[in-house]
Amino acid sequence: MDSEWKRFRDSPNSEELTRRSSFPDEVLERVLSLLNSHKDRSSVSLVCKDWYNAERWSRTHVFIGNCYSVSPEIVARRFPNIRSVTLKGKPRFSDFNLVPENWGADIHAWLVVFVVKYPFLEELRLKRMVISDESLEFLSVSFPNFKSLSLLSCDGFSTNGLAAIATHCKNLTELDIQENGIDDRGGSWLSCFPESFTSLEVLNFANLASDVNFDVLERLVSRCKSLRVLKVNQSISLEQLQRLLAHAPQLTELGTGSFSQQLTSHQDEELKTAFSNCKNIHTLSGLWDVKAIYLPTLYPACANLTFLNLSYAALQGGELAKLLVHCPQLRRLWVLDTVEDKGLEAVGLNCPLLEELRVFPIDPYGEEIAHEVTEAGFIAVSNGCRRLHYVLYFCRQMTNAAVETVVRNCPNFTHFRLCIMIPGRPDYTTNEPMDEAFGAVVKTCTKLQRLSVSGLLTDLTFEYIGKYAKNLETLSVAFAGSSDWGMQCVLEGCPKLRKLEIRDCPFGNKALLSGLEKYESMRSLWMSACNLTLNGCRALAREMPRLNVEVMKEDGSDESHADKVYVYRTVAGPRRDAPPSVLTL
Amino acid sequence: MENKSMSYEYDLNLKATELRLALPGSDEPDEKQSVTCVRSNKRASSEISEESKSSSSVTIAGNGDSDAPPPAKAQVVGWPPIRSYRKNCLQGNKNEGEGVGRFMKVSMDGAPYLRKIDLRVYNSYSELLNALENMFKLTIGAYSERVGYHGSDYTPTYEDKDGDWMLVGDVPWEMFISSCKRLRIMKGSEARGLGCSL
Repeated sequence: MDSEWKRFRDSPNSEELTRRSSFPDEVLERVLSLLNSHKDRSSVSLVCKDWYNAERWSRTHVFIGNCYSVSPEIVARRFPNIRSVTLKGKPRFSDFNLVPENWGADIHAWLVVFVVKYPFLEELRLKRMVISDESLEFLSVSFPNFKSLSLLSCDGFSTNGLAAIATHCKNLTELDIQENGIDDRGGSWLSCFPESFTSLEVLNFANLASDVNFDVLERLVSRCKSLRVLKVNQSISLEQLQRLLAHAPQLTELGTGSFSQQLTSHQDEELKTAFSNCKNIHTLSGLWDVKAIYLPTLYPACANLTFLNLSYAALQGGELAKLLVHCPQLRRLWVLDTVEDKGLEAVGLNCPLLEELRVFPIDPYGEEIAHEVTEAGFIAVSNGCRRLHYVLYFCRQMTNAAVETVVRNCPNFTHFRLCIMIPGRPDYTTNEPMDEAFGAVVKTCTKLQRLSVSGLLTDLTFEYIGKYAKNLETLSVAFAGSSDWGMQCVLEGCPKLRKLEIRDCPFGNKALLSGLEKYESMRSLWMSACNLTLNGCRALAREMPRLNVEVMKEDGSDESHADKVYVYRTVAGPRRDAPPSVLTL
Repeated sequence: MENKSMSYEYDLNLKATELRLALPGSDEPDEKQSVTCVRSNKRASSEISEESKSSSSVTIAGNGDSDAPPPAKAQVVGWPPIRSYRKNCLQGNKNEGEGVGRFMKVSMDGAPYLRKIDLRVYNSYSELLNALENMFKLTIGAYSERVGYHGSDYTPTYEDKDGDWMLVGDVPWEMFISSCKRLRIMKGSEARGLGCSL
């Protein structure tokens, strides 16, 4: 690098300038360092060798969507200056218990390389990885500049690991622990932050159940003047919340604790005052065990609210309606189906700027169906929220006509995830398959990137998807399709497909093998409880050496049957840490 | 704890007894018309692994087939697709009622740290006491109205809403779980003292 800069400086010959890339590498690196999107950086690295080199030297953050697609050594060789790593591990269906416990995705092998190659590592963001307490301790003592830890849907660790992080990471700015399979041994980890520690900006322990020492938390919040994100857990009462808010009116994201304590009118006033002093809150969540009579204390803080996560708060429709009146700026809303269609009508009426809606079921198994949302609620939202582009909707009944109406109202969907919770349920008014519903989605929503289908579906749905969904990147399919043809349509028709996950569908070897070349342009394919055999998978593995084809066997199943198959492209070769139940072909 | 209510049984004999129009021995592809049922077990038995057999099939409602068994009763691994964490939280939320928190602290005299348990997971005193015995590796003995717990060195007590320390087992279970704030396993002479004063 330096020699080239000297050459440029010493011979300002214009001919030489035009013959080579116009910028000396140092300048190029400086310019490229302003690029953050890893997709942009990938494009840049393909321009020419100079740009490839400049890009790799200037990259400080690396995103690895499948930890087995590459090895830590390869990453370190290409990118010498990494400060921040994002890694995703297990296939998404592991969230739903479909992946064996000991499948893999352990972070430790990566940490061992990072400690040598990236001793100044600052940030680690993991999703669906396994991380042990030993690894957390190792992380906390081996990287003196470590600042930011985010764990989402991970497992393998306990609160002891968090204690190590709190104890040793002197420069920590972010501790974000979300929805993990954590062994919660108590809240004493919070007390491990030293009294001299003041750098915290983000603290999220909302999904840990145990009590923490409130005095410790209060002192921590009051001395961390840069704290902008605070998401506490259920053990924090309303009274305690008021005290925390009094110390941190600068918060931009707040996750409350339990919202149900009996308050005196004085305490109620104090809480309201505390909220009204928080002028910067744009994200609100928590509200565990919410008692609607306390919601008015929140109203003063809702003026700038753009994201409201009520997915742990069982509100009724009317209660939600009253709250939404105070949230005119709302862009993203997550609710439970306790709000019913009535609540969704209120959404349509009060949230014209809404871009994202997620409706979760409070009772997924349908033992006592006291609350639910239907197609009527879906239509009501689409009528009022024309900017809607992301939806996740759990329901038990839907009609083709309703979905057609919804996408006519909102043609800009980029993410359409409809989960009719009863597998194979047809349009309940006509008893026909839901093919036309999803046909309408892919025909109308040309920007569609992510689609989850459900209900009774024939191959026609997949013909539509293959024909129209030209921007589709992620497709999730369950209990659908009639034959191999369906899957073939998708593999042949969707040029941008990156992730395909399929369960309980009648797709077999012929479908699997029709996508041979396709899989190298995709991140991964998951197929479980379909009609695949070991031979089919072997054929795939034979033809495509740059794919890892993993078969997970279940006890007692037919010898030749491939129960669960996970296929992904990789430059790291077959992995060596697979457990005995996982065969790499 | 992973929610074990997701396990189910796949009845391998169902196909053999299924009434079909095809000749016996001819194999049909698993089409949407097939009505293969899955019995669900709410509590996982130790013999049934959580991902037993093939994780496929569930009641699939055919077109207007009114004879199909109600699909809502079938439970399939990983369906509906909701993260375990969220499922477990919502189970707790479902039970309306005051409750003084889902997790109770449990202390044991002499133990270096406390534990937490979710009372709503248990349905009776015997289940609770079994769990405590497992957690702390001790025997609690049998409850008797007259002398409390005899036959062991340990006595389970709890603090109620009024702040009083009560003997576990005196009141009906439902009343207990709604009034219990925390648990304490007393040991030795202190425990016996409590038993005698009743």
